[in-house]
Amino acid sequence: MPRLIKNGGIVEDVWLPVDPESPSPPSEQIYSLDQWLELEDKTGSAVQIDPGQSPAPLFSFLKKIALVAVDFPVFTDGRGFSYARELRERGYGGELRATGHFIRDQLTYLQRCGFDAFQMADESLLEESLASLADFSEHYQVSIDQPLPLFRRRV
Amino acid sequence: MYVYDQYDQKIVDERVAQYRGQTDRFLAGELTEAEFLPLRLQNGLYIQRLAPMMRIAVPYGLMNSTQLRKLAEITRVYDKGYAHISTRQNVQLNWPQLAEVPDILAELATVQMHAIQTSGNCIRNTTTDQFAGVARDELEDPRPYCEIIRQWSTLHPEFAFLPRKFKIAVCGTTQDRAAIAAHDIGVELVANTRGEIGLKMLAGGGLGRTPVIGSVVCEWLHKKHLLTYLEAILRVYNQNGRRDNKYKARIKILVKAMGVDAFREAVELEWAALKDGPSTLTDEEITRAQSFFTDPDYQKLDGDAAISQLDEQCVNDPIFGNWIKRNTNDHRVPGYRIVNISLKASGFVPGDITDEQLELVANLADRYAFGEIRSTHQQNLVLADVQMDRLYDLWQGLQAGGLATPNIGYITDMICCPGGDYCSLANAKSLPVAQAIQVRFEDLDYLYDLGPLELNISGCMNACGHHHIGHIGILGVDKKGQEFYQVCLGGSQGKDASIGKILGPSFKQEDMPDVVDKILSTYVTLRAEQESFLDTYRRVGIDPFKERVYAKAN
Repeated sequence: MPRLIKNGGIVEDVWLPVDPESPSPPSEQIYSLDQWLELEDKTGSAVQIDPGQSPAPLFSFLKKIALVAVDFPVFTDGRGFSYARELRERGYGGELRATGHFIRDQLTYLQRCGFDAFQMADESLLEESLASLADFSEHYQVSIDQPLPLFRRRV
Repeated sequence: MYVYDQYDQKIVDERVAQYRGQTDRFLAGELTEAEFLPLRLQNGLYIQRLAPMMRIAVPYGLMNSTQLRKLAEITRVYDKGYAHISTRQNVQLNWPQLAEVPDILAELATVQMHAIQTSGNCIRNTTTDQFAGVARDELEDPRPYCEIIRQWSTLHPEFAFLPRKFKIAVCGTTQDRAAIAAHDIGVELVANTRGEIGLKMLAGGGLGRTPVIGSVVCEWLHKKHLLTYLEAILRVYNQNGRRDNKYKARIKILVKAMGVDAFREAVELEWAALKDGPSTLTDEEITRAQSFFTDPDYQKLDGDAAISQLDEQCVNDPIFGNWIKRNTNDHRVPGYRIVNISLKASGFVPGDITDEQLELVANLADRYAFGEIRSTHQQNLVLADVQMDRLYDLWQGLQAGGLATPNIGYITDMICCPGGDYCSLANAKSLPVAQAIQVRFEDLDYLYDLGPLELNISGCMNACGHHHIGHIGILGVDKKGQEFYQVCLGGSQGKDASIGKILGPSFKQEDMPDVVDKILSTYVTLRAEQESFLDTYRRVGIDPFKERVYAKAN
């Protein structure tokens, strides 16, 4: 089973990766946005957002969705950072997973934008990448894991 | 100026440690070139033609003498004994070793400096008026807002991988010295009809290959909304800015494509979700930021007496008098003047300063200017608070270091990028052109007769030398492997900002001094009394210049 970083540890993945060609994906599969939009009952569903796909269609189902995967085909495309924050700021509480070709040096930013799971392209890097989550212990801005900006916390 | 507390220091120290790890991994082959690229860029490190180039952040151009001495030491130990002031008020090193950059960053951190986000597709150093806090025409000091923006933008998790670089400038004066209309976001402190000071927000300005003057997105915004509004603009840009073509990726292209009204609507929609949230500035935070930019310990002086004493000194020593006239400005406090230190001496690279000169300026700043130094986007330095009766001593000190060239605001005080001598992006060299022009116009009487003149040179269309907004702009272009230079006229920064118009076909390098000479003699022939180059150009248009420059030799 593929492994990933989740909630600060390494776990085995229970979801099947997205297969946009499949006409009737099983319920344990991550759906493409198009597949997911067709889905009648979205309870417990998993859906993947690609760059350029606004997460807006998900906003009315945030309580029902179990997993949102945000894909990074190239690590320099930062749209997914905003998608994550928009989902979390609107109250999404399920798993928010980064997939694709992001690099470990982005983990701390991804986490601050609300991601709690990281499926790295190269699984052999998982252990050493965990350390990058602790690159910074203090931040200026509001983030999903720190709802108050530093200027409201300075003593 | 702003002083770090334990939080600021911790963030900078952790950044140094993070970058050291990244450099180690790169050198060990664990990070690819492509992966390391944005990481090193966000720490100010370019790989250039001959060596890496490192850009050190000088937030809104403010430094103290301790920082200047540290920079001098760094240039001596890690570089070739000189530094360069950039058009974003930053400091650049031309010859650092990639493996030593973490050590340089650690040195910088000991004096509360860093190189965070001085490059890369992220929010860059916020710039402002070099006369902030001392200008007579200032509505409110912009620096506290610059510092608030600095903290907010530093290591912002959402906006580190934008479609393209992103530059913000703030000004608080009637005469804009920060070129805010040429920025991705320009912020201007303005009063509303009730006299309450708030923020006018511009977006979508920029230079580069498609120069655009910024559009007003919000006429008046309450100061407390500064960060949430910035966040809304950045979020619209991060999600919708083009990523398929790096030359169409700046926010100016997005604003143009959407139209400013639709862009404003999109921003307002994002803002509705962020407005009044926790990033809303508190009165305490604004007061805290302002507390770092209070007046230094000014003496109570008799302004009129100080002026007549200075006038007398100027008469007795005309060379000093000339320097006062050309290189100093009015100060809002009686008995004080603002001193500009020209880094545009003939025969030297515009904006370059040696380690000894850095130390000299640090010492002079301690002695005469409360230990504070500013860098300017015109690539000079400023001592903002000098008592009039100490100007003579200061001038002698500057003269001894070759730092008293009386040419501020004249044609030889040009803006110039490093160009093809250093930069791997450049199409052509810019420094030899600058130097040839400086040599041609060395005669001070002619220089002053020409009046205020901004000549800006860029070695390629990335426009680091701001050629579009120079009264005379020069752009290096590549024609089948040969270096040529295109000239544009009539550009301007400031409130009446305009983009220069291309004169015609480009020229060879050796012809450039003659071309500039012809442009200037056309101006001298056509000008009305006291009329500046820019005003004359605006009155007569480009044709007379074109005719003169491209006239067939008889």
